[in-house]
Amino acid sequence: MILGISGDEAVALAAKQCNVDVVAAYPITPQTIIVEKFSEYVANGETQAEYVRVESEHSAMSACVGASARGARTFTATSSQGLMLMHEILYVASGMRLPIVMANVNRAISSPINIHADHADSMAVRDSGWIQLSCVDAQEAYDTTIMAFKIAEETLLPVMVLLDGFVISHTLQNVSTLSDEQILNFIGNERKSENILDPENPKTFGAMVLPDYYSEIKMQQIEAMDESKKVIENTFKEFGDLTGRRYPLVESYKTDDAEHILLCMGSAFGTAKVVVDDMRAEGKKVGVSRVKCYRPFAGNEVREAIKNAKSVGVADRVAPFGSYPPLYLDTKASCDGINLKSFVYGLGGRDVNKDTIKEVFDRLEKGVDEMFVGVRE
Amino acid sequence: MMYEIRFHGRGGQGAVTAAALLCRAGFLAGKKGVQAFPLFGAERRGAPVKAFARIDDEEIVLASQIYEPDYVFVFEEWLIEYAIEGLKKDGWMIINTKKKPEDFDLDCKIATTDATGIALSNNLKVAGFPVINSSILGAFPKVCEEIKLEHITQAIKNYWPGDIGKNNAHACEQAFNATEVKE
Amino acid sequence: MNAGGFNPNLKGLSQQEDLLLPGHRLCAGCSASIVVRQVLKAVRGPTIVVNATGCLEVATTIYPYTSWALPWIHSAFENVAATASGVVAAERAFERKKSEPKSDVIAFGGDGGTYDIGFQALSGALERYDDFLYVLYDNEAYMNTGIQRSGSTPKYAWTTTTPVGSVEAGKMEYKKPIDLIVAAHDIPYVATASPAYWRDLIVKARKGIEVDGPAFLHAISTCDRGWRHDTSDTIEIARLAVETCYFPLFEVENGEFKLTGRSRAIAKRPELKKPVSEFLKPQGRFSHILKNQSMLEEVQENVDRYWERIKKLCGE
Ligand SMILES: Cc1ncc(C[n+]2csc(CCOP(=O)(O)OP(=O)(O)O)c2C)c(N)n1
Ligand code: SF4
Ligand SMILES: [Mg+2]
Repeated sequence: MILGISGDEAVALAAKQCNVDVVAAYPITPQTIIVEKFSEYVANGETQAEYVRVESEHSAMSACVGASARGARTFTATSSQGLMLMHEILYVASGMRLPIVMANVNRAISSPINIHADHADSMAVRDSGWIQLSCVDAQEAYDTTIMAFKIAEETLLPVMVLLDGFVISHTLQNVSTLSDEQILNFIGNERKSENILDPENPKTFGAMVLPDYYSEIKMQQIEAMDESKKVIENTFKEFGDLTGRRYPLVESYKTDDAEHILLCMGSAFGTAKVVVDDMRAEGKKVGVSRVKCYRPFAGNEVREAIKNAKSVGVADRVAPFGSYPPLYLDTKASCDGINLKSFVYGLGGRDVNKDTIKEVFDRLEKGVDEMFVGVRE
Repeated sequence: MMYEIRFHGRGGQGAVTAAALLCRAGFLAGKKGVQAFPLFGAERRGAPVKAFARIDDEEIVLASQIYEPDYVFVFEEWLIEYAIEGLKKDGWMIINTKKKPEDFDLDCKIATTDATGIALSNNLKVAGFPVINSSILGAFPKVCEEIKLEHITQAIKNYWPGDIGKNNAHACEQAFNATEVKE
Repeated sequence: MNAGGFNPNLKGLSQQEDLLLPGHRLCAGCSASIVVRQVLKAVRGPTIVVNATGCLEVATTIYPYTSWALPWIHSAFENVAATASGVVAAERAFERKKSEPKSDVIAFGGDGGTYDIGFQALSGALERYDDFLYVLYDNEAYMNTGIQRSGSTPKYAWTTTTPVGSVEAGKMEYKKPIDLIVAAHDIPYVATASPAYWRDLIVKARKGIEVDGPAFLHAISTCDRGWRHDTSDTIEIARLAVETCYFPLFEVENGEFKLTGRSRAIAKRPELKKPVSEFLKPQGRFSHILKNQSMLEEVQENVDRYWERIKKLCGE
């Protein structure tokens, strides 16, 4: 069925269709539509899920940890300040290997307060042990939320689905949905896990681990994250077979013969494709790639995508303080020998429009090494 | 062919919903690409707001704001100076006003309809304010052949089930009939 | 009632300069700005304002503008009391080290920032006995993010996270009795107020500023957007909240409860008490209650029970 819905609505619908047991969430712009939609489902008896209307995000993530440890298929959603407030518990969730799925609607962080899209929030928690999958539109947010449950439950790692505030969360578009049955066949009717709080089989969660074991436990988590890439790829493939919508770890557009490539994340990809077409019409060989699978970082795939270009502009939507921004650093670490330039655009919702993207390509062509795009003097 | 539409209203008048309704109407008209999105500040009721819609036969990948619209909707006359910005040379401005298109001296095509009057006569009010989005949309099929009146009224009825939808759809039809145009 | 000779009257107040300036972007008819302007009429000297995230904060400080003619800080949503504690600590340090006179500190928090996410920080600051006036402007939901329920939302009220659906009709839980909880911290001053009774509110604010140690002022703050009422009904609804005993006016001075103003008059002459339906009627968020006799009766019973409880505490 095709529905005209926003990114947030798509995420809420997907979570409901995934037969979640527990949702614990706290409202924050631009995530709010998700919690409001879910409240409607609950009020109208459209879901059997327990919805905990917590009093803060710290409690939201804490309640998710409790629910997930008890074996519940668990979902939450947040943004910006909320993600910051959860920070402590994000590590608890991943350290306990709890397959929680969270939508993070990307928004800038205070101060100054701003409610619009940039990637500072999810980037700030990129090393908290959560898988991070980025989306370009509402359709992908819907699809990725569904896949996230399967990935989380197979890897025992929590998964964060990233969608740009307003640009995706509040934009209405056609979203092709699946039936509940299709989804549950794909991800499994309910969560199967032995690693839970079970009175029949008592286990200890969150024990004190001293120096004699801490490293080994972290190694297990690190390995799980590395290995998750296979699971993610397989899940994307199976989903593609089911729906025809194929998501690679790194998606590229007209990069094969491109001299200059833009590497980006999130909603900017769509606009960049239009610019690539425009510029190619003028005879310029340009292309664009975007990282869908940011954690674990799809480094080999990034390298493959950009290796033949003369220069590559890596565009971050994060203010870097005293170093380079994160997507650039990750790319740099995986792409030795490739000519990379770091760009920063779209902070606090500054529109990433065709001009912004063109400016990046222009600087690449001219070899101008200037990081900030679209910022007044 | 992609059409870009921009809405200029004040918080509480329903500009954001208007964009969403037009996008739903586009879908009913069989368009593959429809997109509607608001531009939020920290505005409360009464402050100027903008909303955007795109309609295309193909899927839409653009994810930026609209700078050179083909159509602009103006919910109150004083917003004209904002609405005209970037409007394409042969673009249409749809104005909520009691006046006639001839009364405006603007460098664009003009359509006028008294959406406020029609909304009030149909008792479409929230917290005492007229909600004019359903009415003003009635002018659109007069100036854009891609979307028919029935697509818009159907979108309205789907959005507000029951009597509310019927009243809004009725207002939309009235506004359609009352629309005057000047190319 | 009086606060050390402080005796506000209309003429004096109208000549006094406003410290929350016009041009802010709160909705027309929003009580929050009225509450703030009334509180600021009670300022006695150098004063610093701390604000939690919420409508008031967002709509009064849209860069590059500000409506505040006082030093003002916003840090985040959940920590207004802790932030105020920090300001107060600096005041104490400067007093000790540099003999600087202390400024007064007033914190403004919405109900979300007070009952819910900020409650821990509030309780901590009260327990530490930090000397500031905390003003809760209570519009009974998260308005800034678009009307979601809070711990303050009354039972059965519609919000976007407690929609009126086929199996649940509005919020299913009660409003948290925040004043009693705050009073249980044994702080020197706790009071409730309504902007419809401006003199009562201003005097209470002044008392809260003057006491040594924490003070808590809980003002009911109508919200036309979230309560779904006509903008012209603002003060009328703020008055009905008191006249129906939905929101009794009282104060707790060093542990002693006392009804004030209109609420005291109603306690003396119960025939003045209006049915709660009069408070509910102009508000769209309660429209489903008015159509359901048993719900309405339950709401009335809850109001009566709370009113009896407060009266008893106040020795009436
Ligand atoms: C940690 C965190 N979570 C969520 C938010 C989003 N948020 C901003 S204001 C607000 C609600 C404010 O409600 P209230 O305190 O009642 O003030 P009001 O807006 O109603 O005046 C929310 C949920 C935030 N800013 N920070
Ligand atoms: S939404 Fe409510 S609280 Fe916020 S500014 Fe408007 S009336 Fe005031
Ligand atoms: Mg509130």
